[in-house]
Amino acid sequence: MRIALFATCLADTLFPEAAKATVRLLERLGHEVVFPLEQTCCGQMHVNTGYQREALPLVRRYVSVFGGFDVIVAPSGSCVGSIRHQHETVAARAGERGLAERARDVGSRTYELSELLVDVLGVEDVGAYYPHRVTYHPTCHSLRTTRVGDKPLRLLRRVRGLQLVDLPAAEQCCGFGGTFALKNAETSTAMLADKISGILSTGARVCTAGDVSCLMHIGGGLSRRGADVRTVHLAEILAATEAP
Amino acid sequence: MTTFLGMPATAPRGVGQLRGDRTFPQAAHAALGDAQLRRNLRHATATIRSRSGRVIAELPDWQQLRAAGSALKADVMARLPQLLQQLEARVSEAGGVVHWAADAHEANAIVTDLVRRTGSDRVIKVKSMATQEIGLNEALEAAGITPVETDLAELIVQLGDDRPSHILVPAIHRNRSEIRDIFRRSMPGVDPDLTDDPPVLAAAARKYLRETFLSTTVAVSGANFAVAETGTLAVVESEGNGRMCLTLPDTLITVMGLEKVVPTWADLEVFLQLLPRSSTGERMNPYTSMWTGVTPGDGPQNFHLVLLDNGRSAVLADPVGRQALHCIRCSACLNVCPVYERTGGHAYGSVYPGPIGAVLSPQLTGVADNASLPYASSLCGACFDACPVKIDIPSLLVHLRNRAPHPRAERAMMRAAAYLMDRPRAYARAQRAAKLARIAGRRGRGLPPPLSGWTAGRDLPPLPEQTFRDWWARRARAAEEA
Repeated sequence: MRIALFATCLADTLFPEAAKATVRLLERLGHEVVFPLEQTCCGQMHVNTGYQREALPLVRRYVSVFGGFDVIVAPSGSCVGSIRHQHETVAARAGERGLAERARDVGSRTYELSELLVDVLGVEDVGAYYPHRVTYHPTCHSLRTTRVGDKPLRLLRRVRGLQLVDLPAAEQCCGFGGTFALKNAETSTAMLADKISGILSTGARVCTAGDVSCLMHIGGGLSRRGADVRTVHLAEILAATEAP
Repeated sequence: MTTFLGMPATAPRGVGQLRGDRTFPQAAHAALGDAQLRRNLRHATATIRSRSGRVIAELPDWQQLRAAGSALKADVMARLPQLLQQLEARVSEAGGVVHWAADAHEANAIVTDLVRRTGSDRVIKVKSMATQEIGLNEALEAAGITPVETDLAELIVQLGDDRPSHILVPAIHRNRSEIRDIFRRSMPGVDPDLTDDPPVLAAAARKYLRETFLSTTVAVSGANFAVAETGTLAVVESEGNGRMCLTLPDTLITVMGLEKVVPTWADLEVFLQLLPRSSTGERMNPYTSMWTGVTPGDGPQNFHLVLLDNGRSAVLADPVGRQALHCIRCSACLNVCPVYERTGGHAYGSVYPGPIGAVLSPQLTGVADNASLPYASSLCGACFDACPVKIDIPSLLVHLRNRAPHPRAERAMMRAAAYLMDRPRAYARAQRAAKLARIAGRRGRGLPPPLSGWTAGRDLPPLPEQTFRDWWARRARAAEEA
């Protein structure tokens, strides 16, 4: 299948390994990956901070860059959630009905990685090998906006060598929330402290998730605590085929 | 925009409790540093969450009930003026008197005048969010009338000269030894050797309240629901103290937010299932009291209903924002909110705390007056899933943020980012420049505000050697050459 990759601005700039792993994984499964260079950002940061007008060109850009593809994938439940649930609204509020309709259409063809694998490609065993003790943080937008459900867990359970341990209070927010982490830094850090305690209590060496944004936040907290736990995007685990 | 109760469209300043004097981050600072408060909150919210989850799981049709509740509320909002007129007609026919209050000032003046006319200098009160919203107790005290809260938790808050921290559990932030100290300090006629054993505390409150019930002739209540077809008012509660207030006095004055009306008795069936399971984790609330006008020789002989706008018409006028008026004040969103759990209710500066407060208060007051509240959320979405009437609080927060006044520096930064992100080649150059300049310094420590907030408790990730798009371009070139 020909699949367009939306890398997301954060993965493109700061966490390229997540996007690279998505490419390697899909190519290993026999698919063609296309990366249109005109892509940039879904505009979620603008929408969620109260700048819908500023986000409008980014919605238009997403629709024009990806409108010609049947299947689009992003390694981010959060960006996919924004594309599906906010792009149409942003366009409609700006009075651009045509764009709103196209945004809804493109959004319906945009998948989070675990959705693409399980729902579209029909694969749960991706042939990965990752011999580590791993805990999974569901991330709020994957869980409650994109509603990926247990798909990431089903994929992780089929990874050879991987020991999956449950995260206590997994469904509680890590405290990132985009600009929330800056505007309400103290509250955000208090939420993070509890998330990190939960991660450390599992004895896992790796914390994974479907969003690099939350992993950046959790990883930044783990690093500050001097904890010996790595944060690794789900795509990197699924792309791994030998012990690193 | 004209409103059917007339201007002003938003709740007035200087009266009531909808605005804090600090921003949310400022007010949260104190709570985050109070370890006892955080333990109290965590224990209480975790307990209610688990109990509520258990009883909700018993109902196979919970999602259909939520959908029904949501649809009923949408219907009420669509024809609110007609329903309120119908309610007014039925209440009047049943011997009640209906008053319309455009705002807190008017509502307080109406109630104060009604109490004065009875000659009483004291009223007993049923727990009510509407009267807290308008600052009725303060207005009555200023007029020389003593209001006595009869809900146990409200009484604790009142005697402690404190403010409620939760819609349903106003004293959620207090533990029992703090409550004993408050009783010993402020409850008239209390045993000075009072212990902090809960039955002992409850008995002390009961003795004090019994005397008050039997010697007070005027009561003030709120209303959970008002049935338009019959003019019936309803209050649900757990202690029975409310029922004492609703039945013993000679005069009953009910202050009701005008969104509380429902069309028919059959509609109550839905809400009386949704509310207790979501709020207290009970299958049915212990006391459901309903009254229609007056009945000669039985119960209050004078009944007044004050229909309160105080900004609600303004909320109704926004087709997106009006969802906030669907709220049935169950507190489920507070109990699942990770922000509320760590900051408590006082940080929200309004009697409506938590996620629903973050969308309701700014709409009642005008967003500029509560501009930090729509940002008091990580948009995690737990509130939406918990809401028994399916209020999409995260979308409302985003909607209100779009209407909030923005700091100038932030606006400039957001515009610059959007400009760059709409120009892929310049964007790619900026990505590389960021790496080269290492503006972040060592793990980002020493960043300028607002980015300095990040480094309060987090390190920045190390910058990668290469962006993804550069990796992709190089890989594509290599494949071409090969």
